[in-house]
Amino acid sequence: MAGLDWDAVEMARRVQSGEVSALELVDASLERIAAVDSNIGAFLYVDDVGARQSARRLDSELTRDQKKSLPLAGVPVAIKDNLVTRQMPTTAASKMLQGFMSPYDATVVERLLAAGAIPVGKVNLDEFAMGSSTEHSAYQVTRNPWDISRVPGGSSGGSAAAVAAGMVPLALGSDTGGSIRTPASYCGVFGMKPTYGRVSRYGLIAFASSLDQVGPFSRTVRDAALLLHVISGRDPHDATSVDVSSTAPTVVVADPTQMRIGLPEEYFGDGIDPNVRTQVDAALETLKGLGATLVPISLPHTRYAIATYYLIANAEASSNLSRYDGVRYGFRETAPDLIQMYSRTRSQGFGDEVQRRILLGTHALSAGYYDAYYLKAQKVRTLIRRDFDQAFESVDLIVTPTVPDLPFKFGERALDPLQMYLTDIFTVTTNLAGLPGLSQPIGLADGLPVGLQWIAPALEEERILGMASALEAVLPVPSWPMQGGLSR
Amino acid sequence: MLLSKEEVLHVANLARLSVEPSELEEMAGTLSRVLEYIDLLNELDTESVSPTSQVVEQHTVWRSDVIQDSLSAELATQNGPQVVSAMFVVPKILDGGGQ
Amino acid sequence: MSDNYEVVIGLEVHVELKTASKLFCGCANLFGQDPNTHTCPVCLGMPGALPVLNRDAVALATRAALALSCTVHSFSKFDRKQYFYPDLPKAYQISQYDQPLATHGQVTIRTEAGPRAIGIERIHLEEDAGKLNHIGQRLGDATGSLVDLNRAGVPLIEIVSQPEMHSPEEARLYLTELRTVLSYLDISDLRMEEGSMRCDANVSLRPLSYTGSLADLPRVEIKNVNSFRNVQRGIEHEIIRQRELLEQGIRIVKETRGFDDAAGTTYSQRSKEAANDYRYFPEPDLPPLVLDAVWLEDQKNQMPSLPEELRHQLAAEGVLPRDVDVLVQDRALYGFWRQTVAIYPDVKLVTNWLLSDYSRHMNAKGLSFDNPGVSAPHLAELLALIEDGTLSGKMAKEVLESMFATGESPQVVVKRLGLSQITDHEAIRLIVSQIVEANPAVVADFLGGKEKALAFLVGQVMKATKGQAKPDLVNALLREVIASHV
Repeated sequence: MAGLDWDAVEMARRVQSGEVSALELVDASLERIAAVDSNIGAFLYVDDVGARQSARRLDSELTRDQKKSLPLAGVPVAIKDNLVTRQMPTTAASKMLQGFMSPYDATVVERLLAAGAIPVGKVNLDEFAMGSSTEHSAYQVTRNPWDISRVPGGSSGGSAAAVAAGMVPLALGSDTGGSIRTPASYCGVFGMKPTYGRVSRYGLIAFASSLDQVGPFSRTVRDAALLLHVISGRDPHDATSVDVSSTAPTVVVADPTQMRIGLPEEYFGDGIDPNVRTQVDAALETLKGLGATLVPISLPHTRYAIATYYLIANAEASSNLSRYDGVRYGFRETAPDLIQMYSRTRSQGFGDEVQRRILLGTHALSAGYYDAYYLKAQKVRTLIRRDFDQAFESVDLIVTPTVPDLPFKFGERALDPLQMYLTDIFTVTTNLAGLPGLSQPIGLADGLPVGLQWIAPALEEERILGMASALEAVLPVPSWPMQGGLSR
Repeated sequence: MLLSKEEVLHVANLARLSVEPSELEEMAGTLSRVLEYIDLLNELDTESVSPTSQVVEQHTVWRSDVIQDSLSAELATQNGPQVVSAMFVVPKILDGGGQ
Repeated sequence: MSDNYEVVIGLEVHVELKTASKLFCGCANLFGQDPNTHTCPVCLGMPGALPVLNRDAVALATRAALALSCTVHSFSKFDRKQYFYPDLPKAYQISQYDQPLATHGQVTIRTEAGPRAIGIERIHLEEDAGKLNHIGQRLGDATGSLVDLNRAGVPLIEIVSQPEMHSPEEARLYLTELRTVLSYLDISDLRMEEGSMRCDANVSLRPLSYTGSLADLPRVEIKNVNSFRNVQRGIEHEIIRQRELLEQGIRIVKETRGFDDAAGTTYSQRSKEAANDYRYFPEPDLPPLVLDAVWLEDQKNQMPSLPEELRHQLAAEGVLPRDVDVLVQDRALYGFWRQTVAIYPDVKLVTNWLLSDYSRHMNAKGLSFDNPGVSAPHLAELLALIEDGTLSGKMAKEVLESMFATGESPQVVVKRLGLSQITDHEAIRLIVSQIVEANPAVVADFLGGKEKALAFLVGQVMKATKGQAKPDLVNALLREVIASHV
């Protein structure tokens, strides 16, 4: 399995120089998927024929100069199955979209292809990205490569697991309240939610439009930076995408001695698993050793974030998921009249968790409750944003644990939605404030990965990547699980 | 309970979901617990706080009035559960409905 | 209408904007195409698709708002209006709710009692829905429906009046004037029959003893009526229906009713109380719309003269008051008039011909002033032939009829029909002399003081010349010849 131990930057360099072919990389990726994914369940769809075809085309039709212009030349990637693709079905892990073929590619997919990346398949998620465990997929569960009795986190559990188990060096995920960072933390990989608007949402199946962002999963910081660079930037198809001057594809290493790093007291209180706490404290010591200044700060409205998030996210979701009505695409249940067709289709097409959230969101927007719920949440959202604005007046970055605990066992939280919602307690705030956040693997506790979350002011991803890179250089990153004889 | 069974039915109707009578009690209970938790927000006085509905500061993002290629009718309807003469078929509409 | 009730009418008018592409995507904005040939992921409501606002739609909406004296707001935003229906792909319509593009406008109607301003509450931008074709005769009997989404996403403005009209006639006047004003802006086809202009009427009867707020009166909405005349008929029927109910002591139910053209009556569609909770909320996919003074100025500069201004102008040019309204009401007619007068500046003659014979022939052929069949230069040429004596008024009418029939120029028609007035004095004098000689008795009567006798002689001359002599010339020559006979 030549090459799978390289990161994407290294793979692309070797394809560009002709040391390895795209087909060899794709073959290695497909073989690894065949070898390990039956135990993990990351992929909902593997496009071996299409991927090999694309690889051969890249190998045979492009000149060396052309390959050099492709930053991801020949790199196999996995795509979360809530990003629409023309060549592969897109289901959002919902029965509602079984067999759905999109007539267009998501902008991020177009940009991946234009950069020379080769999608090998679509990966699992909680249905419509609603969940923190990837247990809520209509098709299969995805297992944590570090311990297959445990969840990989969610909703981008397939993306995180595929990267963690070395099936691909890169994957795209989406993050509405932690859906990239939580599984990145649980699976021991890098996962970044960019600033809202930095990456186009066109072709991302909407969960909560004002919170959703697409972002990268990788095993190195420079890969995260490269993939972010490829997918970033204004898209004429997304009016909320912003014009960012192009980020450098390689990381500018930050000078830790110039960095003031805020530690919000609300994120370091009780309720954190002591194992997680130990690892995080060790990482903080390392940062200090690098010369960074650690500053205690306060984000006083943190305790309201989950409630705020669930109102806003579900209200928007209830609206975004209305289009699945059995008329133009997807699942339809037969019925004698229109109204019954609607309700039968939607009740049978959506899973329980999705339906719960639609009901909650619909209630929050309904006559008589709008002000008490939705409007109230929008106002608290303002307060949460202000917390960050004030904090960033005195610090350059904020670090927190990504998740308060270690990956949990299947079924452990499925019974109580509220407990599941609380998994996202440290991640939802950045979505509400629109800020960038990265989960960085910092070690293992009881053989399970622990992640550290970096948060920066809007559009300051480089600052995060620079510091993450500095930390990566000195912290032993856990080697991958299920290596099958591979060495790093 | 913050949400009665009747309210669950009302909301389900708005959302075009059907909740089985046997599930109603449990659904009302689950949603009520979430709403009880959400009640936390009432600790905050937000009288003078303006709402945030978007975090992007930009405004007036528009495009020129230029025609772009449409999909072919075939591609537009390829995912349709039931299609006749390039149109999507829906069952009988009982009341006036619509806007 | 009644002694005990005041009729209260408010109108909601939807106007499709004539942009090249749809409101939120690049699909062509065209009517009458094959089903689902002008759709894309955005207007089909495909998973993942996002709307992007069409700048020209905002421009056209802004001009409509300015023309209707509205305040155009520097800040407005879009909202989702949510309901399930097969013609609405996303199950929400992107519209504007609490911060619309424009508010506080007016339309001035000319009633018999004089001009009256009807307030416009708001104008907002929104997307149109698709079209349903029912399988079967009527919605109620249909076994199913077919969805065509070519129209989904076409830009609309909704113009909401204040409830300030008090009779079906006032409603008609409001619609007519509204359409006239909008027609000059050239922002819409304004065709009721094609749905590019649509009207819903809210009708309630206020008992004179009622002092509460108008908003609390039970209101009946008549939906999607397909002509101005039917709006008027629908309201008329609704007033009668509601009054009958009220007089029997039956409460009016707030509901939506359709109009049955054949029966001339309204019928219940669904009661609004039971129906929709639209759950409006701010559209997260579209940043707010901020329009600055430069934008507004730019839109003003692109606006033509509007009817009110034209009315003053025409009056100043000497058009009779009753003709002014007729000319201005139809923008194409006004344009034709203006073109004709530019070539042949006899305002009175042009107006008379245009509003009588010309209109009659045009209407008979089923044409309109957009493509009237006889051009303005040809009409001007015809009028010039009357003035120079080549044609009598009567002959000119004949020529015009022929012009409509063949499309030929007046010169060609005149030549072909051998029509032209004999203006040769000597030729006419010869005929006049023959007539005078052949009718001594009549000449004697005339000389005896019977002026009418001359008319007989004129008639005889005209007959002899097959009408081609100019009557006033014949008249003069008769007097001359008779005088020389004496």
